[in-house]
Amino acid sequence: MARLIELRDVSKTFGGVAALSHVSFHVDEGEIVGLIGDNGAGKSTLIKTLAGVHAPSSGQILVRGEAVRDWSPARSRAAGVETVFQDRALCPQQSIVRNLFMGREITNAFGFIELKKQVELAEKLMREIGFTSKVFNPHSVVGNLSGGERQGVAIARALNNNASLIVLDEPTTALSLTETAKVFRFVENVRAGGRSVVFIGHNIHHVYDIAERFVVLDRGTVAMRRTKAEIPNSHALIDAMEELAHTGRISGQKSAA
Amino acid sequence: MSNTTSAPAASSWRWKEAFNSARRPLGTLAVLILMMAIFVMANPHAFMRWSTYNSVLITLPVIIFLVVPLTFIVVAGEIDLSFPSVMGLAAWFFALVVQVGYSPWLGLAVALFSGAVLGWLVGTSVVRLGLSALVATLGMNFMLRGVINIGSAGHSVAVTSVRESSLATAMTGKLFGVPGQVYWALAFTVFCIFLFFKHRFGVRVQCVGDNPESASQMGIPVDRVRVQTFIFMGFGAALAGVFSVMINFVWWPTNGDGYMLPAIAAVFVGGTPTWGGVGTIAGSALGAILVAFIEVGVVAAGLSGFYVLFFNGLIILLSLVGHRLHGKRIR
Repeated sequence: MARLIELRDVSKTFGGVAALSHVSFHVDEGEIVGLIGDNGAGKSTLIKTLAGVHAPSSGQILVRGEAVRDWSPARSRAAGVETVFQDRALCPQQSIVRNLFMGREITNAFGFIELKKQVELAEKLMREIGFTSKVFNPHSVVGNLSGGERQGVAIARALNNNASLIVLDEPTTALSLTETAKVFRFVENVRAGGRSVVFIGHNIHHVYDIAERFVVLDRGTVAMRRTKAEIPNSHALIDAMEELAHTGRISGQKSAA
Repeated sequence: MSNTTSAPAASSWRWKEAFNSARRPLGTLAVLILMMAIFVMANPHAFMRWSTYNSVLITLPVIIFLVVPLTFIVVAGEIDLSFPSVMGLAAWFFALVVQVGYSPWLGLAVALFSGAVLGWLVGTSVVRLGLSALVATLGMNFMLRGVINIGSAGHSVAVTSVRESSLATAMTGKLFGVPGQVYWALAFTVFCIFLFFKHRFGVRVQCVGDNPESASQMGIPVDRVRVQTFIFMGFGAALAGVFSVMINFVWWPTNGDGYMLPAIAAVFVGGTPTWGGVGTIAGSALGAILVAFIEVGVVAAGLSGFYVLFFNGLIILLSLVGHRLHGKRIR
């Protein structure tokens, strides 16, 4: 698999405090990476760095093998990174199609919206991730959708920018089992379309189920990397995390990236 | 993976949506019809006479030019209480230009431009300085009225010369027995319905009022959109001011003063909620008609003028209860 984006030896400090120190992290094309860590482990800093909100204090960012200088939100977007933050940035009283094209409306020369084009594109995006139903359509109001379906709106919107990597910040937090299953289906379909996903979660069972590679952050450093083949089940992952919490290290840690 | 909805389901959707999107103005229309029915039953003779409607049709259009832009402001999550003075000030500029002897068309251009600039001034001080819209625009209303009083020293400006002008023909000339301002108000309302639902500006106003943080994250320049609603309000207020002068051929230092409460009432009676993000332009226009007919209806029904305020308040409250029943806030 070709390498899509890579953070190489990246550190980020805020007023002398290191939020990330010498972190190396990469995402390949068409894979789902699970990013795990307690509060304050550096997950937020890492995804904000991916999104270009933070520029690294030191280290390199490589897009498809080439180092990119002056990392910024615009560069991140140009590289195909779309982040769905936890609040999802939706307008609940507006329709799905209006949310999908918020700030990026398709208009004619006079600024009037080409609704037909928008609806066609919305249907295509929604089909692509399997976000379809008989009880809602692109004109439905987002506030009437369930939590998992709202996540679907945010994911479909991220695809709209022709993203090659979608970063999902705690997409299943506070969702029921069936809603979580919906979000998993969307994520699987995103991957099936040849795109990559970084899945951040508190619930390790969720992350274990959906991701094929896991990166555990602890106090600003990468504490563990595992592929799904190396871990028999989610409980083994939790055991390793507990060991980390008590001893600060994990037995059998591999140093390979 | 499920496929797209089948054809019959899609067409039933369309009807449901059409009904849903028209729910707010339809509710207002129902209240208006009910109220008019009661008035007609109370005094059929008065409402058979064209003159009853004619008196309303002359002045009603003026408030439409205030109510429609005010709806954009309320939907954006703001409020403006300065429009009566902006209206008075812009109308004064119009009257002065005409009085000096320039073309009334130039006066119209000056009034519209100054209205937009005043709107920009009000909007910028509210949005960029982060002031409370309620308090800042109230202060602005007093201050601008003060400017009018200082400048005019309380004197009115008569502009009887415009009576024969081409501007008078264009703006207030009768067509099929109906005053021109009625057509202009109708055209303005229809245009603004499209602006609100079909244009990038209107859609962004709704997103900004719905959730400013989300709108900002998705790249909408939230503050600029907010200021634009105030500029639009200033433009509408200037238009209302010029129309009011064109109807009476005289400008009074109190021009615009009486419009604050009826205009605000019309927006909320029309079905636009106070919380922002959603609203109805057609509803606001219907709300303005409703408010305008209360006074006529109460008097025509044989009650003394002392009842007008009571019925004004009663109808505002009843409308709000009605809108509350069918439209809770979606979060």
